[in-house]
Amino acid sequence: MGTFSNTWRHIRRSPYQAFAAISVMTLTFLVSGMFFLLSVGSTIVLKYFEQKPQIIIFFKDTKKEADVNELQDRLKLMDKVASVKFVSKEDALAIYKEQYKNDPLLLEMVSADILPASIEVSATKIEYLPDLANLLKKEADVSDIVFPEDVVNILVSWTTSIRQVGMLLVIFLSLVSLFTVVTVISMKIALKREEIEILQLVGAANWYIRMPFMAEGIIYGLVGSLIGWIVNVLILVYASPLLMPLFVGIPLFPIPLVFYAIFLAMMLALGTFLGILASVLAINRYLRN
Amino acid sequence: MFISFDQVTKTYGDKTQALTDTSFKVESGEFVFLVGPSGAGKTTILRLLIHDLVPTNGTILLDKLNIATLLKAKIPELRRQVAMVFQDFKVLFDRTVGENVAIALEILGKPPNEITKKVKEVLQLVDLTDKINQFPVQLSAGELQRIANARSIVGGPKVLLADEPTGNLDPTTSWEILKILREINKLGTTVIMATHNVDIVNSMRKRVISMKKGKIIKDEKSGKYR
Repeated sequence: MGTFSNTWRHIRRSPYQAFAAISVMTLTFLVSGMFFLLSVGSTIVLKYFEQKPQIIIFFKDTKKEADVNELQDRLKLMDKVASVKFVSKEDALAIYKEQYKNDPLLLEMVSADILPASIEVSATKIEYLPDLANLLKKEADVSDIVFPEDVVNILVSWTTSIRQVGMLLVIFLSLVSLFTVVTVISMKIALKREEIEILQLVGAANWYIRMPFMAEGIIYGLVGSLIGWIVNVLILVYASPLLMPLFVGIPLFPIPLVFYAIFLAMMLALGTFLGILASVLAINRYLRN
Repeated sequence: MFISFDQVTKTYGDKTQALTDTSFKVESGEFVFLVGPSGAGKTTILRLLIHDLVPTNGTILLDKLNIATLLKAKIPELRRQVAMVFQDFKVLFDRTVGENVAIALEILGKPPNEITKKVKEVLQLVDLTDKINQFPVQLSAGELQRIANARSIVGGPKVLLADEPTGNLDPTTSWEILKILREINKLGTTVIMATHNVDIVNSMRKRVISMKKGKIIKDEKSGKYR
């Protein structure tokens, strides 16, 4: 009878303790998984906005080409600026035509003359956007400055909050799981003190006595993380069609299968780690001698 | 396996001397009775031999190995060579007879087919073949003692220590247990048996070490228990 049989016997003999340990592990991994997914999702959305031309400066027709070039050169020298791109009136018409290619009426009414030239400026960090916008407002012959300040501010604030709240919750729940599993395994060790003594007297090595308890911790971690992953994936699969229209153009959906696999591997690795840690703590505390 | 006790003293925390300057030798393959009243030091000698106790003074040699200074990590290895049968059987009540005996082989890392084969062989030796799938709670004291015997010999120890193995048994069963111990001894295993059973000691005509208050008072090659 190997380690697996001994472990199975431990679990089967006290199913309520096993249920409690697995439930707490599942809750931990369910919440951790949710915050991980939210964090990954919000980071992708934020990156999308960060990579887009963040400020568009539209010029009046009176703006001279030399002044535009000089402004571009100045911007390129700034640390806060990642890239600068000039969009001429002709380029603007091409963009317009592409956007409204299915509406011939709108295309007929527009020519390059009526569209303004512009430059698109990307910042190295999204936080620099308001500073850059204020600086560009002071330029002469600027008709309008457009940048998604509110969206970005909200996203930055959301992403930061999700990460901070998620991290706190994950740490708290991990500790609760850890102590629950430590308590469950410690109780089992206490109940099996006589059996452990007998095994020691017949010459069982330490690993033989410790392994079933260690395996038990690993099983709690693995089962908890697997259920947590399954529930998270089911929620994601169910919610995907509802979320897709809200994120058109942002590379969030469809979620690649490899992501699910990586997500599962991460959860299982963390579950195993938490299970090993808990069982080692319990074993070292109660089986030292 | 040669055993040597040289000037061994065991004092417990409250200054109780369980063993005082005890010296004796046991040759490989011998059958030795340890006799004496309760508190004479018989069980202390057996527990010292499996490193369940550590001597306060003196040297205990098992061939060339000094058990008194044995490292903790080496204790399991020692207990696989020096097996002990306890008066209270020390069987696992949540495992079947077969599983109880198999433990001694599992801890040695033997393959499952070998375990099954050897367990059957040894259960035949102690006449428990038909009880292989029963739980200890379904068995009599004599049968429990036989499980303990089977478990202690299945791994092929070089020394077998038996602490009052007939203490809880009726005369007929006691003789059956002794017959098993004699069979094991015939196979080359050194047997040291602590007992109060006068009839058994006197009829076996084996070496008898008599003890009193932690000291050896008599050591006879073919002795009697008086």
